[in-house]
Amino acid sequence: MLRLERRPEASLAMSYASPLIAVLLMLVGGLLLFTFLGKNPIEGFTVFFINPISDLYGLSELLLKATPLMLCAIGLAVGFRANVWNIGAEGQLIVGAVCASAIALYFYGSEGGAHVLVLMVIAGGIGGMLWAAIPALLKTVFNTNEILVSLMLVYVAQLLVSWLVHGPMMDPDGFNFPQSRLFEDSALLPILVEGTRLNIAFMFALGALLVGYVFMFRSFAGFQMQVAGYAKDAARYAGFSAKRMIWIGLMSGGAMAGIAGMSEVAGPMGQITDHVSNNYGFAAIIVAFVARLNPVGIFFASLLMALLYLGGEQAQQYLNLPSSISNVFQGMLLMFLLGSDVFINYRIRWKEALA
Amino acid sequence: MDGSIVSSILFATVVAGTPLIIVALGQLIAEKSGVLNLGAEGMMAMGAIAGFAVTLHSGNPWLGVLAGMAAGAAMSFIFAIVVLTLLGNQVASGLALSILGVGLSAFIGKPYESEILPTVGAIRIPLLADLPVIGAALFNQQALVYFSWLLFAGIVWFLYRSRPGLVLRAVGESPTSAHSIGYHAIRIRYLATIFGGAMAGIGGSFLSVFYTPLWVEGMVAGRGWIAIALVVFATWRPFRVLVGAYLFGGVMVVQLFVQGSDLDISIPSQFLSALPYLATIIVLVIISRDQNTVRLNAPVSLGQPFRPEA
Repeated sequence: MLRLERRPEASLAMSYASPLIAVLLMLVGGLLLFTFLGKNPIEGFTVFFINPISDLYGLSELLLKATPLMLCAIGLAVGFRANVWNIGAEGQLIVGAVCASAIALYFYGSEGGAHVLVLMVIAGGIGGMLWAAIPALLKTVFNTNEILVSLMLVYVAQLLVSWLVHGPMMDPDGFNFPQSRLFEDSALLPILVEGTRLNIAFMFALGALLVGYVFMFRSFAGFQMQVAGYAKDAARYAGFSAKRMIWIGLMSGGAMAGIAGMSEVAGPMGQITDHVSNNYGFAAIIVAFVARLNPVGIFFASLLMALLYLGGEQAQQYLNLPSSISNVFQGMLLMFLLGSDVFINYRIRWKEALA
Repeated sequence: MDGSIVSSILFATVVAGTPLIIVALGQLIAEKSGVLNLGAEGMMAMGAIAGFAVTLHSGNPWLGVLAGMAAGAAMSFIFAIVVLTLLGNQVASGLALSILGVGLSAFIGKPYESEILPTVGAIRIPLLADLPVIGAALFNQQALVYFSWLLFAGIVWFLYRSRPGLVLRAVGESPTSAHSIGYHAIRIRYLATIFGGAMAGIGGSFLSVFYTPLWVEGMVAGRGWIAIALVVFATWRPFRVLVGAYLFGGVMVVQLFVQGSDLDISIPSQFLSALPYLATIIVLVIISRDQNTVRLNAPVSLGQPFRPEA
């Protein structure tokens, strides 16, 4: 009989291997899915995983899609390490995008200048932080569950942006379409590589990963949050402030998600619409877990997740499948990861059934 | 306001509260055994699409409800394997289940987006349905409305009057003790989790087969999460789940009535639509303000993995 046996100590090798096992299982799941749908799995895999990144433009799109994921995931990871469960990055991203758009539209028609973009980044970060401050405040003052509050605020944020693009932010010359004016050039992020849509927000993301790394592994606050994540009671005994950690965790998630929202409206979108987020806030949760809450891991997991997005778009175009197939792959990946994590602390043993 | 508006608001409130009751009572059972499944939103979405597709192809809404139930149960079975056998983190696994269910349902549901099901007639209880104001709201309703009451009665009896219910609660309070006196804590948690999934599936199929009746991506619209919040709000007591669900149903319905009425109000419709979500936050604040209420009522082992050291 197969039995799980506790390892004497957690296996470091398995903690690195289990994300890879999860990716492998996800691919097997994809194989079955394509076969089940009557598509040639090899063709499916080529369209899904190879075609999107077979040229320079494809690679630039991959980095473009990975940018908001990296930003959101590094912000969330800071909180997740201390068991602060902000799952409302989607809403924080939307509010960040709204605030950045407000700046862009305010300066519309003026001369413009570098200050517009700088203000947009700041407004995006503050917008995200304001939205994340609600669960932080309610958690620290009333001990209200941050999971449910941050999640409810996602729906509120979606309704907020819907109202704005149907009302105050609507393009006056836009034939009543629910979208804003196209931003002027001064409110758009500079392009990194000529001929692509990749912009300097990618550099923000790399910078955020670096800052995140320093905070997590080189700062005392980061250490405190790590301790709290492993052993809450030990952290309390050591006198680490739980409230401060909740604030740091939610603020970092909110700020990064808000800047991710800014990078969307000032980047590939160039305006704000009611479809400002592409589920990046939720996908970033998967990224953070697959990456083991580690900044280096987040870099690679974001690329993988971005590939799943691009693959979904390709599958829609060439295989006539709904693009939501991306979400299916993403959900499978996280589920498999959480399942295979058991092998970090346990191993499988054959054992004779005891009589 | 004349009586007919009051009675139609009441009627719609009962309808809107019904899926919340079914889903939240299912989650209540799972949580009483110590399992926190945050995947209700995903299980409802899968129940909704499975129910819709089967009803459309078979023409029989009851087969649809069964299919929804099976889909929800299957989803929760996956969750149970991950958290009960493989000891995965319950919070993260529940989130994963929500993401998977919402994505998978959107994927499966794409071809069904333009279809509409025929309306299923209400079941009228003679005499009682003729009562003024409340008659139609309570006694001329969809069959699943009556089912939600039976479910409520059954769960109250099961939890507080039956031996298996006592065992279930014991497992939720202390799986170690329950295990040491010979109960299969893990098996009981499996059953409770799958029951919760089955109810979430029925709740989802109610939305797509009876309530709307059509399929749109994202149609569950946070009801799964509201149901989870409802269990906390009810401090794990079935009667308060019932009351809370109708309160939420009322909030959802009143904003629809205000939007649909010719009342001259200058509030944008999106603000009214946000009310149920804001109401959820407010009740969570009210209930968690007093920490003892939550701590005393929550199953002690809620969310904690358990592995018998054999």
